[in-house]
Amino acid sequence: MITLTKDTMQIVREQDVVPFRNRVREYATKIGMSLVNQTKLITAASELVRNMLKYASGGKVILEIISKNAQSGVRLTFVDEGPGIENVQQAMQDGFSTGKSLGLGLPGARRLVNEFNISSTPGQGTTVTVIHWKHGR
Amino acid sequence: MDNNNTAQLLQRKKREILESWMNNQLADEALRDDLISNEELRRQSEELLEALLKAISNGNFENVYSSEYEQITDILSDVSVTRARQGFSPRETNMYVLSLKQALTDTLEQERRNQPEVLYREILMVNKLLDNLALTTFETYLKGREEVILRQTDEINEISTPVIRVWDGILALPIIGTLDSSRTQIVMENLLQEIVNTGSSIAILDISGVPAVDSLVAQHLIKTVSATRLMGAECIISGVRAEIAQTIVHLGIDLSNIKTKASLASALQLAFGMLNIEVRKAGNSRSLK
Repeated sequence: MITLTKDTMQIVREQDVVPFRNRVREYATKIGMSLVNQTKLITAASELVRNMLKYASGGKVILEIISKNAQSGVRLTFVDEGPGIENVQQAMQDGFSTGKSLGLGLPGARRLVNEFNISSTPGQGTTVTVIHWKHGR
Repeated sequence: MDNNNTAQLLQRKKREILESWMNNQLADEALRDDLISNEELRRQSEELLEALLKAISNGNFENVYSSEYEQITDILSDVSVTRARQGFSPRETNMYVLSLKQALTDTLEQERRNQPEVLYREILMVNKLLDNLALTTFETYLKGREEVILRQTDEINEISTPVIRVWDGILALPIIGTLDSSRTQIVMENLLQEIVNTGSSIAILDISGVPAVDSLVAQHLIKTVSATRLMGAECIISGVRAEIAQTIVHLGIDLSNIKTKASLASALQLAFGMLNIEVRKAGNSRSLK
């Protein structure tokens, strides 16, 4: 797997969400992703970035265009230094939320993208990596 | 005590400083005589220098937030605002303040030729002071810009949530842009108020203009629908695009107990049906008879 383009964005305020989403859209358009796949990726990115703002009061996102076996895709890595998640398995279940939300952010994001990886250490932070390929598979 | 000395020296040399400052400015290639006349520039410069000398007359070169510097801060804010309006770039505005530094240090150099140690200390002091003043100018410039942005944000929030009465008893609310907590609050307030005012029984929320529907937006929509129902009105969500529909399903958001339609037209049709209103083409109805 090789990285073609790479960029980092700091997310510290709610106002950063819209520019971030536009940047993701830009990356997805660049590799010619279809509208449905674009929307899926952007929605997943939106969920994860909102989680980052709500629970870790911000962090950074690494945006990359990657290529593997002649297929291109977008990889997003969300890194925060928040309180971390005690029980990742529980957090990945539908309807579980420590905030007052629907509890669909993490599990929903996992269903929207092709590859989803989460690692969290309580007290140190959480890193979520998602990959969505151009043709959505 | 030393500082007082410096202040008195500069006060004495005021004429020369002004002359040398003006000469510097007029000789500068970047002089914008298209934007400001030489007389105006001289008047402004004299006023600024006067205020500066008055501010340092007590030997205070350090604290630009003290009361002595109030006048000069006012003048600088004024300069920065008017210059921004006249079309000066922030760089040019800042250079104007920084060019005074040259005039001041030139004068000090002439006077303290035989006292290099004093000269060094004084130049450092003047440098620091002028840098501080230049920063003040820049801050005011940015503050002016930020105020414009904040005002525009407020205006966008206000104008982007109109409630339209499309038919007797039917309200439509086109939502454009991202639906965050504060927007939802405005949308909900406007909608509920308008339901009371018009006695409408159906509200159509059109989300064609919402770029992405994530779980937070969906939660806000569900809340709005619930609130509308509590008021005894029914809510229809329209403008659900194909890609949004797929995304909502994958996210696992349950909107099954909310009436949704792909377009505002079909939502309006549904609303007509619920109110038992029939809309027909005039020609057709006649030919059917």
